[in-house]
Amino acid sequence: MSEWFSQPWLIPLIVGACILLLSPLAVAFTVLLERKVLADMQARLGPMRVGPQGLLQTIADAVKLLMKEDTVPAEANRILFRLSPVVTFFTAATALTVIPFSGRFQVTDTNVALLVITAMSSVGILGIILGGWSSNSHYSLLGGLRSGAQLISYEVALGLSLVCGVMMANTLSMQGIVQAQMERGVWFAFDNFGLMLIPTMIFLIASVAETNRAPFDLPEAESELVAGFHTEYSGFRWGVYMLSEYISMFAIGSVLVTLFFGGWLRPFPNVAWLEIPFNYGAPVVIFGGFGLLCFYLTRKQPIRGYALGLAGVGALLWVAALVFLIPAFNREAAPVFWWALKLVTVLYLFIWLRGTFPRYRYDQLMNVGWKVLIPTALGAILLNAVVGMARAAR
Amino acid sequence: MTETVFFYCFAALAVAGAILTVTMRNAVHCAISLIASLGGVAGLYLMLHAEFLFAVQIVLYIGGIMVLFLFVIMLVNLEAAARERQFHRSWVGGLLCAGGTGAMLAWFWLRGAGTLRLPPAVQPTPREGGNVESLAMVLFRDYLVPFELASLLLLVAIVGGVMMAKKRI
Repeated sequence: MSEWFSQPWLIPLIVGACILLLSPLAVAFTVLLERKVLADMQARLGPMRVGPQGLLQTIADAVKLLMKEDTVPAEANRILFRLSPVVTFFTAATALTVIPFSGRFQVTDTNVALLVITAMSSVGILGIILGGWSSNSHYSLLGGLRSGAQLISYEVALGLSLVCGVMMANTLSMQGIVQAQMERGVWFAFDNFGLMLIPTMIFLIASVAETNRAPFDLPEAESELVAGFHTEYSGFRWGVYMLSEYISMFAIGSVLVTLFFGGWLRPFPNVAWLEIPFNYGAPVVIFGGFGLLCFYLTRKQPIRGYALGLAGVGALLWVAALVFLIPAFNREAAPVFWWALKLVTVLYLFIWLRGTFPRYRYDQLMNVGWKVLIPTALGAILLNAVVGMARAAR
Repeated sequence: MTETVFFYCFAALAVAGAILTVTMRNAVHCAISLIASLGGVAGLYLMLHAEFLFAVQIVLYIGGIMVLFLFVIMLVNLEAAARERQFHRSWVGGLLCAGGTGAMLAWFWLRGAGTLRLPPAVQPTPREGGNVESLAMVLFRDYLVPFELASLLLLVAIVGGVMMAKKRI
């Protein structure tokens, strides 16, 4: 039995299964978070009816999507119409396989992991373009064309800002990048006297554009293109597009976290005495705090069942907080916790941007991409290379 | 064993994709076949332990060039292009030329099989660090000047393309 546990394929298998099984659930709750946060920013309540505080709203939505009729337009190219969402989903999920969730939990780490992620995100464009073309509708085609142009343009800026991070890390392996940040004792975002903040910002902007999110959601601008490239999709296939959009958000957010914000490292990874307060304190404070919030909200529930359910969620959160106090569990789970916390922060940032900025016009989008981001990224590479070499020489 | 199976899968993908690229009638289907073919070649690179080349093949060819191809195909009038006969009369001549060239090559190869020696299979030389590092060393240290000259050539092509596309700059 014990030798069975030490097989080299065991952890990749488990992590891979977790990615496939848990990511739809994570997407559901990210959508809920998005709706709640946007509602809060617009002084609304957001979904409140399904489940306590609307907690089960997106689950209900998913069930509804699965039940809906799956229509294919009569003149559509049927094979491509069916294939396109699959391409988008699998490229997004494949990008997740090289993300390090902790030093141990990862499907695989190749020495070109970062390039694999860029490759997968660039292949994912094909799903969008082909989906737009095969629907045989003008809105879809326009959406697909826009998305192709936009993603290609912003991929350049994205790649150039990645180069800065890779220069600091001297490797393309994701674990290697995290190790390099551990050795330097500083997250790359704040390295080089703060000069690395420039590529970090560029990466953030370009990644918002890469994931087709507002204010760069031109491919699905609903005020001009109905729904852009997925106008003709319905039911499950539409759901797969949504799912892969959010999964690619996870992937690209994880790249941002790993390359510029220390990945699964805790804050101040080199200060040894902070390990106990950070690794034990933060999960307890966060899970316990949300548990308390749940207990507080039980009083406001309209029916008894919701109050009980919310109390159950609060109790689960408390159990999670207590489990983090077990040293053996904490040692393995704390890195995953830090990775997840950083990723959720990045996702919150994405949602915040969506709630704050109006959508760009198409020519403005191209101008920002080609005339601002790419030259700035090239300058940042030069600057960081010179400063980095000067620091290395000293 | 697994490697052989994977090799034949990727090789079949590359060859089948290439054949479909020239035989399909719909231009978008041709482009997708070409993508499959390029993907097969990328897989072959991966089997040769050239991970960097694999990733770059996907990023550049599938993610960049083929997306632009599809982009252009969608913008042109597909209806007219699809209606045109793609297998016209000259395929007999083409087949004759191809067959003749093949026969000639086969004849030379059969005659000169004794003198033809394929080099022994090169073992991948594990350098310090990985594949990316050794490639960088070759490109940026050993062959820096040819590499920069090649990029200059690309720059000239870019400037030429912009000059042709834009009347007034």
